[in-house]
Amino acid sequence: MANASRADIEAGGSYLPTPVATPVAMADGLDTPHYEGKERDELWVQYCAECSEHQWGPEWICHGCHSYDVGWRQVAPEGKIFSWERIWHPVHPDLAEAVPYVVVLIELPHADDIRMVGNLLGDPEEEIVIGTEVEAVFEHHPDHDPPYTLVQWSRK
Amino acid sequence: MAGTMRGTTAIVGLAETTYYKRGGAEDAEFKLGLMAVRAAAEDAGIDVRDIDGFCSYSNDRNDPTRFHTALGLHDLKWASMVWGGGGGGCAGAVAMAAAAVHAGIATNVVVFRALAQGQFGRFGAASQTGALQGAAAYTQPYGQMSPAQSYAMKVTRFMHDHGVEQSALRAVSLASYYHAQRNPRAVMYGRPLDEEKYDSSRWIVEPFHLYDCCQENDGAAAVIVTTAERARDMKNKPVYILAGGQGSQHRQSAWAHNAPDYGTSNFKNNAKSMFDMAQVKPEEVDVAQVYENFTGGVVMSIIEHGLIPVERANEEFTLDNFRFDGGKLPLNTSGGNLAECYMHGFELITEAARQIRGESTAQVDSPEISLVAGGPMVEPTSNLLLGAQV
Repeated sequence: MANASRADIEAGGSYLPTPVATPVAMADGLDTPHYEGKERDELWVQYCAECSEHQWGPEWICHGCHSYDVGWRQVAPEGKIFSWERIWHPVHPDLAEAVPYVVVLIELPHADDIRMVGNLLGDPEEEIVIGTEVEAVFEHHPDHDPPYTLVQWSRK
Repeated sequence: MAGTMRGTTAIVGLAETTYYKRGGAEDAEFKLGLMAVRAAAEDAGIDVRDIDGFCSYSNDRNDPTRFHTALGLHDLKWASMVWGGGGGGCAGAVAMAAAAVHAGIATNVVVFRALAQGQFGRFGAASQTGALQGAAAYTQPYGQMSPAQSYAMKVTRFMHDHGVEQSALRAVSLASYYHAQRNPRAVMYGRPLDEEKYDSSRWIVEPFHLYDCCQENDGAAAVIVTTAERARDMKNKPVYILAGGQGSQHRQSAWAHNAPDYGTSNFKNNAKSMFDMAQVKPEEVDVAQVYENFTGGVVMSIIEHGLIPVERANEEFTLDNFRFDGGKLPLNTSGGNLAECYMHGFELITEAARQIRGESTAQVDSPEISLVAGGPMVEPTSNLLLGAQV
């Protein structure tokens, strides 16, 4: 069972056994600002100045105005649970002891309702309520090759 | 609607190999494909060497030029595949064949799927690990690694938005298993399911129990599409292709679950295009084959095709309504992906055609309109409307 708390993560722990899969920035540079931000405990997403609108996931063009000049903006690392799932059947051998664990989809109302996928920290069998307010917890893996950071979520 | 392919083409042959559990086939995947293509041509009453086109979907590994060469075909005028993974393209592949025939590019197009999951990768096991870039890097490191896990949150949000209960998902599963008990081809033939067995089955990922998830199988299946004019002189009752196509709603493939309309099967666009092309209303559908990757997707597909209104989902998603014998909407009458065989939805195509020919093992009384909805929640989705008459 995966049940790491916010304090566990801040003390250097991880929610799932590591490494299941390692996220790395795209070779073409599309999402580099997001990856660099995570290392500093910051959440950066695309923002089109022409449209005054956040865009996520990242793309080389703004879907609204077709500007190629899509910028980046730091957003508050908080949001609300938009949907969730509790996983009981491990599909990867390294997760056999981690079930059940919870994946959540977090909506960021202050950033045009863009969404982020992460794990919900704490007891995986606790009731999960859509709309619950959460804040991000940055799970760093500095000693892994390559180093990486996951964005996890904790109930406020 | 002038100028469409409505009723200008027909399915004239269909066949499948024995269906096996994953890893159960002793024959190589390509050989299974050869067997299905030859059997479909034989069923149609044509020389297999007269096949001049191939269509498939989901990155099928079995290349048309290999078939063309292996079978010594006279010509190859059309070869195409629907993009996208899973079974989203199963109906679209038939529509593509119909479009090629309607346009006069090819005459006898075979649509096929050959699949030996025991010999290649499974959909239901984590395949990508290590360093990941792009969309997968935003989900898989959090342990969201399989199709069931990728779609569960969509279904949960849909159930939350509309107050749909678990019993609706269960009814879909019960219908597939009910019909499979009449179908000797079905892998789950002789293995019935009831409410108690469903309720007590283990969770795979909430809201999916074991019986909400498709099987994984080996086998192959194929159908032959030709012109309606030729079909009228051939040995089987023509199964007219009234409409079919592909579609995807606004920004459905946005990474990390950012599609603006989230709790959807992604059929809202092409359900309308299909019915418009066919000049048929949803209430005229006599029998439906709706792709079950997971039962929740079937619930959304049926609702988004206008077959059951969302506000009546909890009342109308029942086994009684889905039975071939007296149900208001006979559903997945061969057993479908859950209980006949997970041929990535191709068994839904053959069954929809069998219903029009009057050859199903759970035959609906003289159906005129037979619907197929391909894999839901993927991009693009596809669908098909078959008819007994033009």
